[in-house]
Amino acid sequence: MIFDPTIVTEHLGDIGSGFLVTLGTWSSGVVLGMALGMLIAVAQVFGNSLVRAPLRVFIELIRSTPFLVQLFLIYYGGPSFGLSLDPVPAGILGLGVYGSVYFAEIFRSGFDSVARGQLEAADCLGITRLQCIWRIQVPQMLVIILPALVNMITVLCKETAVLSIITIPELTMVLTGIGSETFAFVETLLMLCIGYLILVELCSRLGMLLETRVGRFMNRQAR
Amino acid sequence: MFDWPLLQQNAPLLLDALWVTLQVSIAALAIGFVIGVIVGSLRLSPVPLLRRLGGAYIFVFRGIPLLVQLLFIYYFLPRIGLPNVSPTVAAVIGLSLAAGAYIAEIMRGGFMAIPGGQLEAAGLLGLNARQMLLRIRVPQAVRLTLPSLVNEMILLIKASSLVSVVGLADLTRTAQNLAASDYMFVQDYLMLAGFYCVINIPLAYCGSVLERRLKERGA
Repeated sequence: MIFDPTIVTEHLGDIGSGFLVTLGTWSSGVVLGMALGMLIAVAQVFGNSLVRAPLRVFIELIRSTPFLVQLFLIYYGGPSFGLSLDPVPAGILGLGVYGSVYFAEIFRSGFDSVARGQLEAADCLGITRLQCIWRIQVPQMLVIILPALVNMITVLCKETAVLSIITIPELTMVLTGIGSETFAFVETLLMLCIGYLILVELCSRLGMLLETRVGRFMNRQAR
Repeated sequence: MFDWPLLQQNAPLLLDALWVTLQVSIAALAIGFVIGVIVGSLRLSPVPLLRRLGGAYIFVFRGIPLLVQLLFIYYFLPRIGLPNVSPTVAAVIGLSLAAGAYIAEIMRGGFMAIPGGQLEAAGLLGLNARQMLLRIRVPQAVRLTLPSLVNEMILLIKASSLVSVVGLADLTRTAQNLAASDYMFVQDYLMLAGFYCVINIPLAYCGSVLERRLKERGA
């Protein structure tokens, strides 16, 4: 098996734009997923059972169905609910919804990890709920949940490959497209594998750097 | 919005496809378990090279999206002299290799939880490495990691939805075909989601029960 580099160099422009689409859908999906996840987690921790029960059902449903099926429902089923989306927004929405329930579980475990006494103390000091979440709970829970958060972000990076099935021109779609044009399947797929490995590795390295950063205040306390 | 007669007509077709999905997932879990035990014990090997090897396996198969792995296997096998690999075989190989990497990490945790004294005792009793692995380490590790293994099964059933890209008529592919012919996207895909829920929600429940039991025993 001989690796033919011209296949890569000839299509560099397409590959570059596919890479940008992957990065774009991934980052938008992560942001949307985290925002939705935070909302769900806050509603679960502070809401009453009337709010919690439907959320529980939503989480169970999303967690027990494949991402691909959710994408199909949003992209092909959406128009029946008056939600006609182009592939890219549909993909981002899908990633966000899929990620949100996992992010929510992570955030919830983070909220649980902050001692109750601190919340009572904050209440006594007249700190509002929102301030309490943002200045007391979030900084402390970030240290604990960051590894899980980074893990979920890399999972979403890998899930972006599935977006190719609803015809989003991201890395997988572009490279398999080049593969079927030139019959150089092994070369293009090998490149695809290496591309994702680099992305995932970069992401987890960045996560490790962040871990030391968000944990800094703890070292300061220790000194 | 729902067409009940059509729903009743499509349901048996999806039920048949459910068996395909389950068979592929169970086969992948079984093969993946064997890979996981091997790679997991490589990761704990005293030989640095073997540890690296195990680490590399996990890095590669966890770092690449399953969809890409499946495509790679499907197109790569003919290149190494295995033409006309059936979609089922390609799907099972792809899912097993990926599952192996995740199960390896689970098993590593299980192996590490076994007290070292047991292995020393086994060594004194004259058990060789293979016997130690199969009779002492694996049975205990499985008990300890059962909730995670159930979770892995759920992940595999969900991941198996991707085998449709190599042409296997699993649950997802069948629903796609149905939707393509009757244009009832919402109804067909909701039914598809329902089938996955029917399998995965009870499994998740079993997993949480097992987890609670394990915690009680540990406490």
